[in-house]
Amino acid sequence: MATYAKPLVRQQPHTEEHEDPREHLMHDPLPRGKMNEMVMESMHETNPIFWVITAVLAGIVVFALGYEWYVLIMQGQGTAGVTRPDYWGVFLVNTVFWIGISHAGTFISAILRVMKVESRRPFTRAAELMTTFGLIQAGLSIFMHLGRVWVVYFMVPFPNERRLWPDFHSPLMWDLMAITTYVLCSTMYLFLPLIPDVAMARDRSEGWRKVFYRILALGFRGTEGEWKNLVTAMNIFAFAIIPVMFSVHTIVSWDFAMATRPGWSSTVFGPYFVIGALHSGMAAVAIVLFLLRSTMKHYKYFIRPEHFGTIGMLMLLVSMAWAYFYFNDYIVPWYGGDKWDKLLQEYTETGPLAYLWFTMLIVNIVIPWATLWNKKWRETPWLLASVGLLINVGMYIERYLIIPVGVTITRMPFTWRQYYPRIEIPMTIGTFALFLLLYMLASRLIPLIPVWEVQEGQENHILRKVGKANIPSISELE
Amino acid sequence: MTTDLAMPVFTNNSEEELQGRWGMVVDQDLCTGCQACVAACSMENNVPFVEEEDAAYGRAMHWIRIERLWEKTEYPEVKMTPFQPTMCQQCHNAPCEPVCPVFASVHSASEDLNLQVYNRCIGTRYCGNNCPYQVRAFNWRDYTDARIRPHLTTLQNQLNPDVTVRRRGVMEKCTFCIQRIHKAEDKAKSEGREIEDGEFTTACAQACPANAITFGRIDDPNSAVSKAATGSRGRHLLEELGTLPRVTYLAGGA
Repeated sequence: MATYAKPLVRQQPHTEEHEDPREHLMHDPLPRGKMNEMVMESMHETNPIFWVITAVLAGIVVFALGYEWYVLIMQGQGTAGVTRPDYWGVFLVNTVFWIGISHAGTFISAILRVMKVESRRPFTRAAELMTTFGLIQAGLSIFMHLGRVWVVYFMVPFPNERRLWPDFHSPLMWDLMAITTYVLCSTMYLFLPLIPDVAMARDRSEGWRKVFYRILALGFRGTEGEWKNLVTAMNIFAFAIIPVMFSVHTIVSWDFAMATRPGWSSTVFGPYFVIGALHSGMAAVAIVLFLLRSTMKHYKYFIRPEHFGTIGMLMLLVSMAWAYFYFNDYIVPWYGGDKWDKLLQEYTETGPLAYLWFTMLIVNIVIPWATLWNKKWRETPWLLASVGLLINVGMYIERYLIIPVGVTITRMPFTWRQYYPRIEIPMTIGTFALFLLLYMLASRLIPLIPVWEVQEGQENHILRKVGKANIPSISELE
Repeated sequence: MTTDLAMPVFTNNSEEELQGRWGMVVDQDLCTGCQACVAACSMENNVPFVEEEDAAYGRAMHWIRIERLWEKTEYPEVKMTPFQPTMCQQCHNAPCEPVCPVFASVHSASEDLNLQVYNRCIGTRYCGNNCPYQVRAFNWRDYTDARIRPHLTTLQNQLNPDVTVRRRGVMEKCTFCIQRIHKAEDKAKSEGREIEDGEFTTACAQACPANAITFGRIDDPNSAVSKAATGSRGRHLLEELGTLPRVTYLAGGA
């Protein structure tokens, strides 16, 4: 057999090899110790600006949320802007909005994990944390809405002497069950992948932090058996939480779809609300990732343009799906000719709040479609975050149009009345401040990057040489 | 065994519609819109004064309201609809009932009325939202508390002792003066007889100077309210929703 000596020429880059594989996090591995140190360092790193923002947010929470809520409880719902026929106002808009935000976390971490989308790895926890904190705001908003929040335990099915039981015919009871299940599942699902990272942090910290992490880590040492159990548990939760996620927002939509109001009684509300939730949730993930990347030390290594590209693609896809469902919801009253539905539609499009309707269509459909098709723009963090911000404004408007504007038109024209929020405005600002505050504090307490997941991914990814081209390939260790 | 394949025959009045105990007839041709029923109802049922600011914001809590609308709004051809006193229609199929998560909005089997249990209500306001007639009133503030509204101290002497005073955060609505129904029932029972037609009436019917409101048993075909309701002028509000309301409105014709 003849052997050929390789000619000693300078290695020319292959024409197809125009991309440096090191642009991808998965092909740019760092030593494990170094990566752990980076994450630990970013948790300890604080500057005066951080504390000033924290103090301002805490002030807003105490005065705009705490004090105003005290006023609301002591004086009654009259301090809010709700009145007949707008019995439901901005508080329920906030509830639907925050539950929508919370959907992205589950979507990204559960569905993308089950589908084995590799670029999910560095930002699953940031998204899951949004789920948990968003659900806190949603729950608080429901409590703000109640006229007598101090007897809210009447809704809990507890055994009592008078055999009074909540009414399971009511969509609000379904809501309570669904949201409670979702809170429990998503918190556990946040906690399970956190265990190895908390154990890592425990071994690298001292003082009160060590105690804190030791309690959270549940004695995790990283043995083969522990990993096996953990991976099994995570798999079970990842699959089980997907139907929970879909059901929650469907059931939230049933609060409206089951009512007899014109504009609400619609069969498409279930999937329409789920897609709407993903629309606002994806956009919120883009904002949060941009903020983390630009404020946290070392996060530019973990969160890269490719990840923004993934989210941007999902945002475009969800925006198209949302437009489809919106059209579905729109065409029935438009074509169907029901008197009240038609009136409501005319009021939304030509009434005093028509500018909201046009803004919603522009920021929810036109702007994402006009920008996100371009890979370069998608991968520009600030651009994606601003599109995300606009989408969230649009989705907030959408819920506002459905809830308080939708109930303005009743079947008794004598009662028509325009709704304007009053105490709802500071309290809404308060819920946003509370969300940001919780997120800021959490960013210094728990590792927001799932280090073990990134390391696992980097070990799975190999560059294979095929001819002269470097082909990235993934080995499945499972 | 043979199966009956005959098509079901749909009549104008369903079986359920013929049932029911208490009902009301409002003659819109007689109504002058004087609001005496509104005042009488408020006095009888301790409906609070909501004061200027809230009343202007549309939070007046009257259990009965006189609706009047303009059919044509161009100035020279202004045409008004007949006055329409609107109170709780006491639906047999009430949309407000199944949506309450705590059974605060319930149906009474013995009177066939919709009841609101004030001390069970947690104020989700779903019932108010789901009521197609928009006749439920929510206590937006503590309107009857003399501790925060000292000028109400003397007004509290006129409260009806037979009716609860509601606090903030609960929903309330017309009860067809259930306290009067029970009083009459108790009296009739102690005398060992049935209630006679016209023995008592609701506050709104009692106060109406034009006798536009009639109240009584609709399961008794000889009562005044049944005779009035079965005439050709009768109609129900939003009949197409299938709520089977117990209030009949008479307008136009004969």
